[in-house]
Amino acid sequence: MEYLNIFFDEVYKILFLLVPVLVSVAMIVWLDRRIWAFVQKRQGPNVVGPFGLLQSLADALKYIFKEMIIPSSSNKVIFILAPIVTMTLALIAWAVIPFGATQVLADINVGILYLFAVSSLGVYGIIMGGWASNSKYPFLGAIRSAAQMVSYEVSIGVIIINVLLCVGSLNLNDIVIAQQNVWFVIPLFPMFVIFFISALAETNRPPFDLPEAEAELVAGYQTEYSGMMYAMFWLGEYANILLMCAMGAILFLGGWLSPIELYPFTLIPGAIWLILKILLLFFLFALVKAIVPRYRYDQLMRLGWKVFLPFSLIWVVLTASYLFYFNLLPVS
Amino acid sequence: MIAHAIFFYTFSIIAVVSAIMVTASKNTVHSVFFLILDFISISCLFIMIGAEFLGMIMLIVYVGAVAVLFLFVVMMLNVAQQKNQWFTAKDSSKHIPIGLVISTLIFVEIIIVIGGWKYKPDLFDVNNSLSQTSVSNTHSLGQILYTDYIHVFQISGMILLVAMIGAIVLTFRQRSGVKRQSYIKQISRERAEGVEVLKVQSNKGVKIDD
Repeated sequence: MEYLNIFFDEVYKILFLLVPVLVSVAMIVWLDRRIWAFVQKRQGPNVVGPFGLLQSLADALKYIFKEMIIPSSSNKVIFILAPIVTMTLALIAWAVIPFGATQVLADINVGILYLFAVSSLGVYGIIMGGWASNSKYPFLGAIRSAAQMVSYEVSIGVIIINVLLCVGSLNLNDIVIAQQNVWFVIPLFPMFVIFFISALAETNRPPFDLPEAEAELVAGYQTEYSGMMYAMFWLGEYANILLMCAMGAILFLGGWLSPIELYPFTLIPGAIWLILKILLLFFLFALVKAIVPRYRYDQLMRLGWKVFLPFSLIWVVLTASYLFYFNLLPVS
Repeated sequence: MIAHAIFFYTFSIIAVVSAIMVTASKNTVHSVFFLILDFISISCLFIMIGAEFLGMIMLIVYVGAVAVLFLFVVMMLNVAQQKNQWFTAKDSSKHIPIGLVISTLIFVEIIIVIGGWKYKPDLFDVNNSLSQTSVSNTHSLGQILYTDYIHVFQISGMILLVAMIGAIVLTFRQRSGVKRQSYIKQISRERAEGVEVLKVQSNKGVKIDD
């Protein structure tokens, strides 16, 4: 009985987190298309519901009622597993995101490592889908994305080390609290820029959407997917984008801290500030999609390995030396 | 404690079964996926004994990077063809004694470690590190790695670096006839060298050189 109570308590908490995340994923798909349209002087989806807000709902309904086609020569188990993996990984990462000093589902010691690990597992959904389709375009897309995501993970890891040097803890709440005086976006501004660009590459967003470059690969790894399985890939992708925005907000923009520690601002709960910061980062993501042309693949690899990695490594040395010289190292 | 036991047995059964399936499954790509499942359940076991840092690093390094490259290689190779050659060729029995020797060695090593741990616990200094529960796992690992074992740590890092450079040198081939892109050249191209504006006369056309 006691276990059951704990179990239902946890399920309640998880639902309280996951349902808003899923709804907001649907909403930011709309937002993304809308921003994209406005940059290009179009209207975007504006028919279903007020301002077209229910467009994603209509799309989801359409996907649900479409037939799921499983290619006869595909590896069926892995083919079906791939979108499930993508979706699950995109959602379980939200367990450690702190929405306030105590409003966090799992306040674990190694929160940032967990986030990093889950985001690095995200590549499996794409590889599995691409390989199991048993078709050349998905396979090429999968191989591209494997190389791309592994490369950019490295620079994201080094950027995280930069932040950790200033914090001295792997706990996400500690990272947020360490930014009470100054958000890390100010002292580590170059790292923030590199993180943002790497996050674009990690989530396969334009200008780095080579795994699904429609000009060369039809739709990349999702070519053979249809119906609800395609929708799960799509939702997982956007949930990952939101997650990357949340990670950026926590690492560099002070997470749930309010920007000004004054009376009227401190009344607003931390969750609202975090959501606003996530939306700000997402707005930038959407703008980048609208204004930047796609990279060539060799340029992408060069940027990851020859520019970002050395630069962020040098920055680690700089940060460490600065902190050591001025005796600012966080020692517990 | 019962929840703990349930989780422990779930993860360990998954780990053992998937480890068996790595060798038993016919499809090589399936083997790699089982290997990944094995890594994940092992990291869950690490987390269960309180070694959360090791568990996460296991996920990041092995599952997030090493296994991806593994999968990459296995998918690219035409493994089915190779496997047939491997098992049907006459000299395939040559590999069996080597495999037996290596697996016996690993088995003996495991026996020594586990047996030593069970019957002579003070042989390995394991209980010492677990006693400081106030410090987080990551802190205590760092304190040991960067103080007592700093030289070993640095040397192992150097060995990894040397291995990496060695692998790159061994596989690096300078192929002739590859057209390389020069970014400086591409960026510093001026309009004058690329575009020429001509007045085209009607019925005359333009002469294009080269």
